[in-house]
Amino acid sequence: MKAELNETLWLNERLEFSLAEFVELSGLSEKELRELVDYGALEPTNPQAEDWTFSAQRVISARTACRLRKDFGLDLQGLALILIYLDKIHELEAQLHDLRARLPRWLR
Amino acid sequence: MKYKDYYSILGVARDASAEEIKKAYRKLAHKYHPDVSKEPNAEEKFKEVGEAYETLKDHEKRSAYDQLGRYQPGQDFQPPPDWAKQFGDMQFAFEDIDLADLLAGLTGGGRHGAGRGGRFPMPGQDYEVTVHISLEEAYRGIEVDLNLTVPEYDERGLLHRVPRAFKARIPRGATDGQRLRLPGKGGKGFNGGRDGDLYITIVLHPHPLFRVSGHDLYIDLPLAPWEAVLGASVEVPTLGGPIRLKVKPGTRAGQHLRLLGRGLPKPRTGEGDLFAIVQIAVPTVLSEHERALYKQLADSSTFNPRGHFEQEVKSESRT
Repeated sequence: MKAELNETLWLNERLEFSLAEFVELSGLSEKELRELVDYGALEPTNPQAEDWTFSAQRVISARTACRLRKDFGLDLQGLALILIYLDKIHELEAQLHDLRARLPRWLR
Repeated sequence: MKYKDYYSILGVARDASAEEIKKAYRKLAHKYHPDVSKEPNAEEKFKEVGEAYETLKDHEKRSAYDQLGRYQPGQDFQPPPDWAKQFGDMQFAFEDIDLADLLAGLTGGGRHGAGRGGRFPMPGQDYEVTVHISLEEAYRGIEVDLNLTVPEYDERGLLHRVPRAFKARIPRGATDGQRLRLPGKGGKGFNGGRDGDLYITIVLHPHPLFRVSGHDLYIDLPLAPWEAVLGASVEVPTLGGPIRLKVKPGTRAGQHLRLLGRGLPKPRTGEGDLFAIVQIAVPTVLSEHERALYKQLADSSTFNPRGHFEQEVKSESRT
């Protein structure tokens, strides 16, 4: 088996995807995506513009949304609520992780 | 081909109604869905449950599955001689095929397998993998070997599980939880559909000295009481090699001493910082001479570390 070397792409705030790319990568339809934006679960980097772009960081959330919708048969309003709570959980986990890193080892 | 008992995976009887199957699936999906579950083997369990439900929820697939016969889970088996003819006139090499792939070929009304028989472009499957690396590897960047087993159609249109191996470069600048994408390295697309992608999540092994927060690092810096009082120049390990750090006189426990740019490199430009958190370490075994010196210090010092207790008590009693 030949192993080729592949370059990886960052999924971070520096990279942006067009609406069409975001639809393709997330697995959501454009209609679903627009509705999730309406409910505040996903936000384009330029909400006022006609051609939306999305931060590459949000691809993971959008892919999660697609999986949850398919696997649980969720409607979009419920799905939006879950995404907002999942984001909140991830944010709190990151804060907790950060605070734990600041604690001296004997306190952890 | 290995047998899987879809009924026992969902925990339902073989004659369970569609409603019972749906209910069992939902219950297990809530428990094991990898996006919400904290169970250690959630992903694997959810895959099993999803695969079982995918077949049992569909009347046609369920009856095709039932007519394969009953075996022990994991037991090698061959479908009955007339099975392939009855369920879609398919050609399969049964030895290296997965049961889920066999049954997935029955989807889409026409019994010819939507993937290869239909004319619609179908994107290849995306995959997500977790890659564990050390902090030193994240600091330098590293090439990792990835091994996946993906379903692929051969030139005759037969479905196989094929191992794929490739190397991926994890560039400098990755940190814990970092996501990366390898476009086109997932499953192959069909009928002109794009190839799937591979998504990588980086997880850092815990380090014996450094703790990680984003691109910043934290290290405990124990100081002797006299170093904290008088100031000192101490050697501190960093990922780029040890450096000397000047500790100012009167440094207190818990203070964060910032070593600018000594954290993890960030993608493209810049780097995080290293924070040394001061601890005052005290010797537990003393020589006679050391004990005498401490005694002498205790007798002559006017320092009261608990002076604020008295002040607080006084101001409380006044109010």
